[in-house]
Amino acid sequence: MMSNCKSPAGIDRSEKRFTWILTASGAFIVVLLIAIFFTLFITALPAIKKFGLTFLISKSWNATAESFGSLPFLVGTLLTSFLALIIAIPFSISISMFLGEYCKEGAISNFLRSAIEVLAGIPSVIYGLWGIFLLVPLVRSLEMQLGIVPYGVGILTSSLILAIMVIPFSASLGREVISLVPGDLKEAAYSLGATRFEVMKNIVIPYARSGIIAGILLAFGRAIGETMAVTMLIGNSSFLPTSIFSPANTMASVIANQFSEATGIVASSLIYIALVLFLVTTIVNIIGNYVIHKISIEASKEVT
Amino acid sequence: MENTVLRIESFSAYFGDNKILKEINLTITKNIVTAIMGPSGCGKTTLIRCVNRMHELIPGTKVSGEMFLGSHNIYSMEPILLRRMVGMVFQKPNPFPTMSIYNNVIAGYKLNGIRRPRDEFDNIVEQSLKKAALWNEVKDSLHRKGTFLSGGQQQRLCIARALAMNPEILLLDEPTSALDPKSTAQIEELFVELKQNVTMLLVTHNIAQAARVSDFTAFLYLGELVEFGPTEKMFTVPKDKRTEEYLTGKFG
Amino acid sequence: MEKQINIRLFKDTLFKGLVCLFAFASALPLFLILYYITKNGIAVINWDFLFNLPRPIGESGGGIGSAIVGTIMLIILSGVISIPFGIATGIYLSEQKKGKLSSIVRLCVIVLQGTPSIVIGIIAYIWVVLPLKTFSAMSGGIALSIMMLPVIIKTTEETLKLIPYHLKEASLALGVPYYKTMLKVILPAGLSGIVTGILLSIARITGETAPLLFTAFGNQFMNLNILKPIDSLPYRIFYYAMSPYPEWHTFAWGASFILVVFTLVFNLIARGISAKWKTQF
Repeated sequence: MMSNCKSPAGIDRSEKRFTWILTASGAFIVVLLIAIFFTLFITALPAIKKFGLTFLISKSWNATAESFGSLPFLVGTLLTSFLALIIAIPFSISISMFLGEYCKEGAISNFLRSAIEVLAGIPSVIYGLWGIFLLVPLVRSLEMQLGIVPYGVGILTSSLILAIMVIPFSASLGREVISLVPGDLKEAAYSLGATRFEVMKNIVIPYARSGIIAGILLAFGRAIGETMAVTMLIGNSSFLPTSIFSPANTMASVIANQFSEATGIVASSLIYIALVLFLVTTIVNIIGNYVIHKISIEASKEVT
Repeated sequence: MENTVLRIESFSAYFGDNKILKEINLTITKNIVTAIMGPSGCGKTTLIRCVNRMHELIPGTKVSGEMFLGSHNIYSMEPILLRRMVGMVFQKPNPFPTMSIYNNVIAGYKLNGIRRPRDEFDNIVEQSLKKAALWNEVKDSLHRKGTFLSGGQQQRLCIARALAMNPEILLLDEPTSALDPKSTAQIEELFVELKQNVTMLLVTHNIAQAARVSDFTAFLYLGELVEFGPTEKMFTVPKDKRTEEYLTGKFG
Repeated sequence: MEKQINIRLFKDTLFKGLVCLFAFASALPLFLILYYITKNGIAVINWDFLFNLPRPIGESGGGIGSAIVGTIMLIILSGVISIPFGIATGIYLSEQKKGKLSSIVRLCVIVLQGTPSIVIGIIAYIWVVLPLKTFSAMSGGIALSIMMLPVIIKTTEETLKLIPYHLKEASLALGVPYYKTMLKVILPAGLSGIVTGILLSIARITGETAPLLFTAFGNQFMNLNILKPIDSLPYRIFYYAMSPYPEWHTFAWGASFILVVFTLVFNLIARGISAKWKTQF
């Protein structure tokens, strides 16, 4: 009856091969990540040897003098990302409260949800293009009114576009976190006569606080790695920015702007920057995801 | 002992360090329904999951003792080949959602790569569905997905799927516990019909069901086989005090 | 007492108003972007624009034919590389819920998902472009496939985790070997979710530019050789947008329009599939 199927030994072999393939492809991801780290480390080694950790605090980026420091880009990255987050947070928290609390279902919330999803799906390069033609003239006229050099491009312009780009990401995280707040806690507060605002302020936000902070951290990780739109709008300047209107470079944008022509120590220094960027985003992601993971486990425990 | 289908000899099963079946001895004869009943946690489901070696799929489990299916030693043969000879029906109906009714019935052949001519498959499908008393309801929609059927119909489809493999024994793990009373009655009727050709081992926590359907009953309590005998006899004059207490609803 | 309640209610209304205002203000950029793309882009789109090659400045009638072909090639290349690995790893993670290796793998997927695209571009440059001594479609495909992997792995894992265990039991009890159970019962049951994940990951990489800057690079000629540089829509947009010529700027808008249509179509199909094909248990 079992004439035309494999012998048990054959099945056993296929079984082992299948499990082996699964485990190997799982292990492959780990190897891939380790390989990424070591590739960056080894190719950055000439720059690491030459500049050491002072690379991080030296502010000169001078190809002719062969002296490289990444401080202008670190500052540029932190300034644009912080500014972007400060702009984005009120919007993304409002969206998460609107979708997670005020208007969970119905046409209006579906509309907003899809709009945010589409916004998240628009490619970075199109944000950059749009920024060039809408934000740059706007910022330029603002700068003329303020009487500063009207570059148009610079940290402020990049932050604005970055803010628009991280809103969908942080809003979806925020909604997730707010939806984890147990309903009976809120109901208890309502039954005591609290208004919705008071429930938000005294129950929801404090309960979701660590999740919101983790969400902001993850959004920060997103913002510092964002490349194209920033590259197109930041002005590609290797000097330490002096104000939020200055042209500058972020870690990602200096690589995008200069890597294709770079050789020798310049390339190595740029890869050093990439290594720093990789490590920072890795740490930020691990911490952020750990916190979110932990609170979602706690929330699921409370339900059951 | 021509008629013996399944022989269980001083069989124990463990979950970690917990001994959940203790030295079970049981002999199942051909073409009868044997019910295994007992309060929840007594090990009845574990016992039938040991018959087709599904128990060992859970990490941290081990067994000792022996089981024989006809002349085969269950624990020294390939589990895959064993499971093709032993049919199983689960608590919740579980037809394959991506397959049509037709393919669900012959899933045991298809998934195992056993090829048969088309008309032989047609025949197997018809016979199995007839045996499972489902043929008249689905004969016009054999190529639709099985998931549109009602719960009772889905469970009968699962019975047909098990019967299609011509099993030596059919394991039924509380097959009606997820069904409504009407579907339950239909399935119980089906078992009574089926036992002319099929040996069945039925796990149930429903005493009345054991009384209605089975010829023999085994009463398990805390992993121990307390009593085994003809159903009628056990329900009228139980030998053990614990059986009597269980049957009269003192615990369970 | 009365007054205090009024103040509380006022605060409540004010807060609600602010939340609504900010929430809907966030959708505003979307409409501005779509408006700009449509207004500036649709005028340049015609058959010539879609099929012609880019031309030097001064010559009229250039198009984005090579960029469209290049983008499609990059999608296929990166899909071929990442889909098998992604699905296999997803199955692995869904089967190994606990265990040391699987939790490390899970962590690595998270880290990989957060790794900036420019870093992945550099990696593909060092791994592929340097040894081959040329920019190539291949290197771009590899960079993009690294970006697709985490998305495919995550969705495969999540989808397979939701498939009831009793389905697996049903198959195993029929004597079906474990690997056939996974391939013929579990994977088909999760197919719609996995396909959705693949489409979403394609939508994600279609617009990626940064990893292509030093890998696929861009090419103003039609190229079908995967070992040669290749053009792509996002790269073409970047190139045109950063140029000083107004005519090229309109080309950038036209290409953006096509790119947005591409990504929207992938997103819509993905949604449609997850809604229509959904397996019922």
